[in-house]
Amino acid sequence: MLERAEIIRKEYLRHDKKFPHVWCPGCGNGIVMGALLRGIHVLNLSKDEVVLASGIGCSGRMPTYVDFNTIHTTHGRALTFSTGIKLAKPELTVITVMGDGDATAIGGNHFIHAARRNIDLTAIIINNSTYGMTGGQYSPTTPFGSQSTTSIYGHVEHAFSIAELAVTAGASFVARGTVYHATHLEEMIQKAIKAKGFSVVEVISNCHVQHGRRNKLGGAVEMITSFKKNAVTVGKAAKMSPEELEGKITIGVLTNVKKPLSTEQYQRVIAEARQNVEKNASEKEKNGIKRYEE
Amino acid sequence: MGQNDDKTIAEREAPASTAESTKKKKKLYVVNFFYNWCKSCGLCSAFCTKKIILTDETGRPYIEDMESCTGCRFCEIHCPDFAITIKNRHPVRRRTDGDR
Repeated sequence: MLERAEIIRKEYLRHDKKFPHVWCPGCGNGIVMGALLRGIHVLNLSKDEVVLASGIGCSGRMPTYVDFNTIHTTHGRALTFSTGIKLAKPELTVITVMGDGDATAIGGNHFIHAARRNIDLTAIIINNSTYGMTGGQYSPTTPFGSQSTTSIYGHVEHAFSIAELAVTAGASFVARGTVYHATHLEEMIQKAIKAKGFSVVEVISNCHVQHGRRNKLGGAVEMITSFKKNAVTVGKAAKMSPEELEGKITIGVLTNVKKPLSTEQYQRVIAEARQNVEKNASEKEKNGIKRYEE
Repeated sequence: MGQNDDKTIAEREAPASTAESTKKKKKLYVVNFFYNWCKSCGLCSAFCTKKIILTDETGRPYIEDMESCTGCRFCEIHCPDFAITIKNRHPVRRRTDGDR
């Protein structure tokens, strides 16, 4: 009998050709990938019915390593490709992995409109507060006043809060987790995959090589320990004042509502339009107008 | 071979008296590091709840005191490189049949 870690390594990873992976030592992307694979393993989804799409960036390497139907798309357009896959084959489980710059800067419009349309997708957004792969430029989630290669005098703009943005844009399931709380993250990913409609899981991750080093936040261990200190659950955060919540990370399910899916509504529109056309054609035939089919 | 046959080992080790059977038996674990994928990031040794994962001068993790492992699997689920596997371990017993 194989242990769970061995099953994940041997069945779900392309273990014979792509490993060890390219991510830096201690990078949170590997932890997120492990949580995603364990969640899919627990949900008993077959490898053929899962699609993993990604954009560009460190997180965009993730589909390279897993043995599902995978697609590595252009910068910021992972959600548009996923929308196309879902519309063409609604029976598939489509999961999209994006980074913070990928989802909210280049693909910001795609992100909010996918949330508004309520397509049955799962978006996992790994937020490491910087553009790690290209050399540490500031991203929409870089905190105010922090250093980066493009803000050496301190960042002058304020940061996005991705999960709250998704709630406002109309996503039906929004949750947040960190890489320290890996078991909690696994639960959140399971719930997001099970939930109907557009589900967003924001994962607070560490980039100690680009972001942590420039802001003197320490290495991987120190950054991940800081997530443990700063994380508060949703129930606890509801009792805290906004001043106390400054710099804290709210983890847990932020919203979970049921809405009509646009993909299902689209099928209804197709059926009704087809009926309507047939009715019109039969009426015309009755009135002596011939159908021009051939 | 009987090596992975948990039930027979448990049955063989089950004490006859009821007083001893109520005492909880200590579970044993073995932590395997897959060094081909390990990048020596140090997360496992830093977050180990029993602090039994030590590192050598190059940062490679190793464990000397395997008896203290509680099997919490924190290192396994937090390893970004999928390099740690935790398995149940059975104590080394004196063999009389000699088939192992």
